[in-house]
Amino acid sequence: MKVDPYEKAWMVAAVVLLTVFVATVVVSATAQGLHPPSHVETIDPVTCRSDPRFAELGVFDLEDGSVEVVMLAQVWAFLPGEVHVPAGVPVVFRMTSPDVIHGVQVVGTNVNATVIPGYVTEVVTTFERPGEYLILCNEYCGTGHHVMSGKLIVEDEEAGS
Amino acid sequence: MRKLALAHVLVSVAAFGLAAMMAVMQAMSRADLQLPARTADLYYLSVTAHGVLMGLVFTTFFIIGFGYVIVEKVTGRIVGKGLAWAGFWVALAGTLLATVAILSGRASVLYTFYPPMKAHPAFYIGAALLVVGSWAWAIVTLRSFHEWRKENPGRPAHVGLHGMVATAWLWLLCTLGVAVEVVVLLIPWSLGWVERIDPVLARTLFWYFGHPVVYFWLLPAYVAWYALLPRVAGGKLFSDKLTRMVFVLFLILSTPVGLHHQFVDPGIASQWKLFHAILTFGILFPSMVTAFTVIASLELGGRARGGRGLFGWIFRLPWGDPLFAAIALAMLTFATGGWGGAVNAAYGMNAMVHNTAWVQGHFHMTVGTASALTFMGLTYWLLPRLTGRELKFLPFAQVQPWLWFVGMCFFSIANHVTGLMGMPRRVYEASYGGAEQAQAWAPWTAVSAAGGVILFVSASCFGLVVVGTLLWGRRLSELPPIELAEPLEAPAEEGLFDRFGTWVTVAVVLVVIAYAIPLYQLLTLPRFGAPPQVPF
Repeated sequence: MKVDPYEKAWMVAAVVLLTVFVATVVVSATAQGLHPPSHVETIDPVTCRSDPRFAELGVFDLEDGSVEVVMLAQVWAFLPGEVHVPAGVPVVFRMTSPDVIHGVQVVGTNVNATVIPGYVTEVVTTFERPGEYLILCNEYCGTGHHVMSGKLIVEDEEAGS
Repeated sequence: MRKLALAHVLVSVAAFGLAAMMAVMQAMSRADLQLPARTADLYYLSVTAHGVLMGLVFTTFFIIGFGYVIVEKVTGRIVGKGLAWAGFWVALAGTLLATVAILSGRASVLYTFYPPMKAHPAFYIGAALLVVGSWAWAIVTLRSFHEWRKENPGRPAHVGLHGMVATAWLWLLCTLGVAVEVVVLLIPWSLGWVERIDPVLARTLFWYFGHPVVYFWLLPAYVAWYALLPRVAGGKLFSDKLTRMVFVLFLILSTPVGLHHQFVDPGIASQWKLFHAILTFGILFPSMVTAFTVIASLELGGRARGGRGLFGWIFRLPWGDPLFAAIALAMLTFATGGWGGAVNAAYGMNAMVHNTAWVQGHFHMTVGTASALTFMGLTYWLLPRLTGRELKFLPFAQVQPWLWFVGMCFFSIANHVTGLMGMPRRVYEASYGGAEQAQAWAPWTAVSAAGGVILFVSASCFGLVVVGTLLWGRRLSELPPIELAEPLEAPAEEGLFDRFGTWVTVAVVLVVIAYAIPLYQLLTLPRFGAPPQVPF
């Protein structure tokens, strides 16, 4: 196939650029283990409030020093609505929904995941900067979608307790 | 054919007008401006109507109408006119059914209609009819192409037809997902015949359709950029062969990438998301080639018109022609907005933008301008050719693309910025009880609202020209000719990229590779399903 030399150069440049993009994504995923939240676990949404995994909501210290936050996303609130976690420690959010699809986003951090009835969402992150963060729902969930929010307070361990 | 194409274009313009009215209210609501009768219920109803009417009705009807014009121009006829009209009426009936369901407040589920949020069954039945009606167009297009090929063995079809055939195949392949979702899962469940539905399975089927639909919107715009624009500019198509390659690449790569809309979903393992991410980067390639070929074609035109120097040819291009101005500005917007797509596709980085205002900033520059502004420009070009009337209020048609461009700059830049600051998309208002982080968004939502108002003025100019032409346009003594661009170097015979049979097979194989295992894994999970909810 005869191709104009300038156009050929342009296509080579495009392929090089895209190869760099793909390589960046693949290296960050494989070598650094950076993956979007992709936990696979199911739960009955009708009985999830009494399911042992979600019967008790709140913040729990785990043996390995990390912290687990067990939350429900429902129309139109996060339960619990205010969460305190330590800075600099891995935090595991475990969430599900008893009704419709919600999104959980902690503004100014990399927490952003879909919460789907029938499934358990798991997000792992470490908050380095202490402060108050807005938790909000970013997946349309009905008339009160825009008021569905909560607070995440990241506490400086040394200054705090 | 003229009546058939005109009927489709007019339905598309009507849908556009209604959706544009919804849009300006939404942009103002987000900036927390008090409009009369402003309620959250109405806002979400309006977002649903805007998404469905713009994304599914305006685009589909316009593409079908424009498609028939190209097919008849190249092949000399439409094979199966009865089927084509039947498709039109079925799609129109479906559109009306779904629109009534939405406007009566019983289907505020957005155009993505994720279960277990449940709309009135009429909404799903209407959507299914729209899709079924559009299949008639795909079949008519493919049959016309087939008949033409039999009569012209070995002769390559004009790239305009080649692009439309690729679009028709793409549409048949990708609508399969949404058809199964709506007919097998949603309709029986919304009628109460089935108690529960699996939301992840439904989402996966939706996005199997939801990403390629983007290319269904884009490919007909590319047909105009490649097959029409060089002619309007006074030049020739720079590279005929690469144009065919571009359409084929879109056909094979559009569908096996849908999981990149579900990067942050639970229930789907990360390996398959990564596979879809890699293919998504592949689909940037044909758009990059397009940037070169189309601009080179324009340069040929500018120089043929006497333009000199490195950039002098740009000023010789026919900027006063509404079709030219619309497409040139649509391309400029796409060349910048398209890069946002690379961010969305970037697997890990996606969590920074997923479902934030960034996303609506992105797709208003791509579908909302690259496709929509091209379609508006094409409407100006089509109307005299379909109605035999001269365009009325020409100055409005000349200024309208510029207004759209400026309005979209305001709107999209503001939304990209607030998105990076963490503001979600699709919210009635974004104050979050005065939360400190949310306060930082407020000045930008005002910029976005200003953009919305400018866009509405632009849309009104468009509506005025269309209605004015239909009612008061001067009758022309003869129809203006439909002229397609000629390639710089016409291929003598069919080549590798004309073998649709082969490429459709490749596309199907890629879809099976990309979806078979994730779907199998999903179906073998102990899934519970979710009962219907109506929180609106």
